[in-house]
Amino acid sequence: MEGDSNTEHMKIQTTDTSPQGKLERLTAHVLHEKLKAREITAVELTESVYARIAAVEPHVKGYLTLTKELALAQASRADTGFQNGDDMPALAGIPIAIKDVICTQGVRTTCASKILETFVPPYDATVMTKLHEQGVVMLGKTNMDEFAMGSSTENSAYQITHNPWDLDTIPGGSSGGSAAVVSADTAICSLGSDTGGSIRQPAALCGVVGMKPTYGRVSRYGLVAFASSLDQIGPFTKDVTDCALLLNAICGSDAMDATSVDVHVPDFTQSLINDVKGLKIGIPKEYFTEALDAEIADRVHTAIAVLESVGATVEEISLPHTEYAIATYYIIAPAEASANLARYDGVRYGYRNESPEDLMDMYKRTRSEAFGEEVKRRIMIGTFALSAGYQDAYYRKAQKARTLIKSDFDAAFEKVDVIATPTSPTPAFKIGERTADPLQMYLSDVMTTPASHAGLPGISVPCGFVENGLPVGLQLLGAPFAEEKVLRVAYTFEQQTDHHRQKPPIATDGGVS
Amino acid sequence: MATITVEGIRHVANLARLEFNEEETEHFTEQLARILDYIGKLNELETDHVPPTSHIHPHQVFIMGSEAEASHVAKPDVVKPSYPREEVLANAPEAEEGYFGVPRVVDRSH
Repeated sequence: MEGDSNTEHMKIQTTDTSPQGKLERLTAHVLHEKLKAREITAVELTESVYARIAAVEPHVKGYLTLTKELALAQASRADTGFQNGDDMPALAGIPIAIKDVICTQGVRTTCASKILETFVPPYDATVMTKLHEQGVVMLGKTNMDEFAMGSSTENSAYQITHNPWDLDTIPGGSSGGSAAVVSADTAICSLGSDTGGSIRQPAALCGVVGMKPTYGRVSRYGLVAFASSLDQIGPFTKDVTDCALLLNAICGSDAMDATSVDVHVPDFTQSLINDVKGLKIGIPKEYFTEALDAEIADRVHTAIAVLESVGATVEEISLPHTEYAIATYYIIAPAEASANLARYDGVRYGYRNESPEDLMDMYKRTRSEAFGEEVKRRIMIGTFALSAGYQDAYYRKAQKARTLIKSDFDAAFEKVDVIATPTSPTPAFKIGERTADPLQMYLSDVMTTPASHAGLPGISVPCGFVENGLPVGLQLLGAPFAEEKVLRVAYTFEQQTDHHRQKPPIATDGGVS
Repeated sequence: MATITVEGIRHVANLARLEFNEEETEHFTEQLARILDYIGKLNELETDHVPPTSHIHPHQVFIMGSEAEASHVAKPDVVKPSYPREEVLANAPEAEEGYFGVPRVVDRSH
C-alpha cells in the first residue's frame, strides 16, 4: 500500500529469483529487464521455451502449429536490437503464442477446423502487425474449439488440449490452447479471442490472467469472424502487469475495422496501482445462486474480502436480466455465425469436396464434410433464427433482451466502479463430461456472456484453488473503456495474494502429474 | 415460438447449405428442439417497447436501416493495391488462368 505503483513494480522484479534455465517460468516484464541488462538473450529464452515445449507439450497438446525456425529468426533480430543498445519495446524478444483464429501471414491458420486445414493467410491480422512492431517472438498457433465455438476446446478437429493442473480435465474454451500454454510455461503469454467468455473462462480454469478488452478497443481485422458484434481479441498472461503490457501493444482504432473505436488509448501500466481505496466494487447477487459451486463461491467471497480489507467499498447490486444472457447469446452468436460462415463454400480457400455433381452439391458436401458437429449445430440454430417467419420471434427478441442486459450494467456502473463475480460456475470439468449435452456445455458460459452482450472489459485473475487443486478465477468487469479501473483492482488483488505464482504440478517436477 | 420438425430441419439445412443423413437429421431435430425450448425463456420478457441492440457502439458504426441517427464511418476513397492475385489464388482448391475454378454452372449446349 505504501509508495506508488512503480516502487511496487520494482519490488516484484527484484524478488523474483527463479533459477536461470527456467526462463519460461518468468513474466514478460521480468524477462524484459533481463534482456535489457543483457543477462540473457532472446534466442536463449526462445530455446528455453521450446525445450519446455518438447518436455510437456506431448501431454498438454496446446499447440496446433509450431514455428520454431521463424521464432529463432525473430529472437535473433530482437537480440541485435538489444546488443546495439536500441531502446527496445516492452515485448521485444518475448515468446508469445497466438490462437489459431488470428491470421498470421505465411503461417497456416486453421481455426481448428478441417475446412481451413490448408489455409495460409496472405496477410497478418492488425494485432500481429502491432506485435511484430514490438519485435515479439511467435512460438506457434494454439488449439481452440473449432471456429471458437465451445467452452472446453474439445470441439477442435485436431486434438484435445489438457489442463496442466489435471490432465484429465479440459482447459476451458474456446481459447483453451492459449490458456494452457501460458499455464504450462510453454509460452510467456498468448493471445486469444473472447465472444461469450472464450478468454476469461479458460484463464480461470487454467489459473492464469486473461482479459477481454472493451468491444472496439482492439481491431478485429484478421480475426476470423465468429459473431462480429461480440468478438474481441485479448491477452493471456502470468500476471496483471504483463496483461497491461499486451494491452498497450494491441489496442487502438484501425482503418481496417470500422467497429474499432477511435478513443484515447492510455498507457495501461499507469493503472498498475496497488490501491483501491475509494473504489466501489459491486457484487451482483444473481451470480451467487445455487448453480454456483460452493467452493468457488467461497474463494470468490474470500477474494472480495481481500479487496475490502485494503480499502475498497463493497456493495451488493442487482443485474436482474442475468438469467437471460445464455438464451440471448445462443441466438445472437449463432445468427451472426451462420452469416459469417457462409463464406466457407469450397471456392476461394480451404477444403473442397472432390467429386460433386454440381455447384450446389459442392457447397453442401464441402460444408457437411468439413465442419464439425458443434459448428453445424450453431449454423443450424442461427439459420433457423434468421429464417423467414422466425426472425422476429428469435433474433429480434434476442436483440431486445440484449438491450435489457446492457441496461442492467449501465445502471450498475452509475453506482459502482467495478463489478466482481466468479468467472466460471465450476472448476475445470473432466474431458468428455459435457460433450453429450450441448445445452449443459452452453451453461458453462453463464458468468461471462452477460458482459459480452454489453461489450464490457473483463478480466479473470487467479483467486485460489478448490480442494482437489484446480484453479478458481475472479472476474472483474468495468464500464465500456474503463480497462484502467479493472486493471487497478486486479493488480491490487494480485499484490495481496500469491495465487498467480502457483505452478501446476506438470510445471514443478518437469514431468506429468 | 415454434416447435421444430424433421421437415423444418431439412428446410433449414438446405438454407445453410448443409446436408444430413436420416440419423443426423433426427439427432439435430431433437437437439435443436431442446435448445429452442431453453431459449423460449426469453418469452418471459416484456419487450414491446424495448429497442433492439445490434451493436454496443451504435454511434460509431455503419448501420443500415432502423438506426438512422447513426453516423456513418467511411474510409477515404483511395485506390490502394490489393493482395497479389497469385498469393490469393494459392489458397484456392482450384484456380485456372487467374480465376477461381468451380464445377460447371452453365450448360454449353444451350
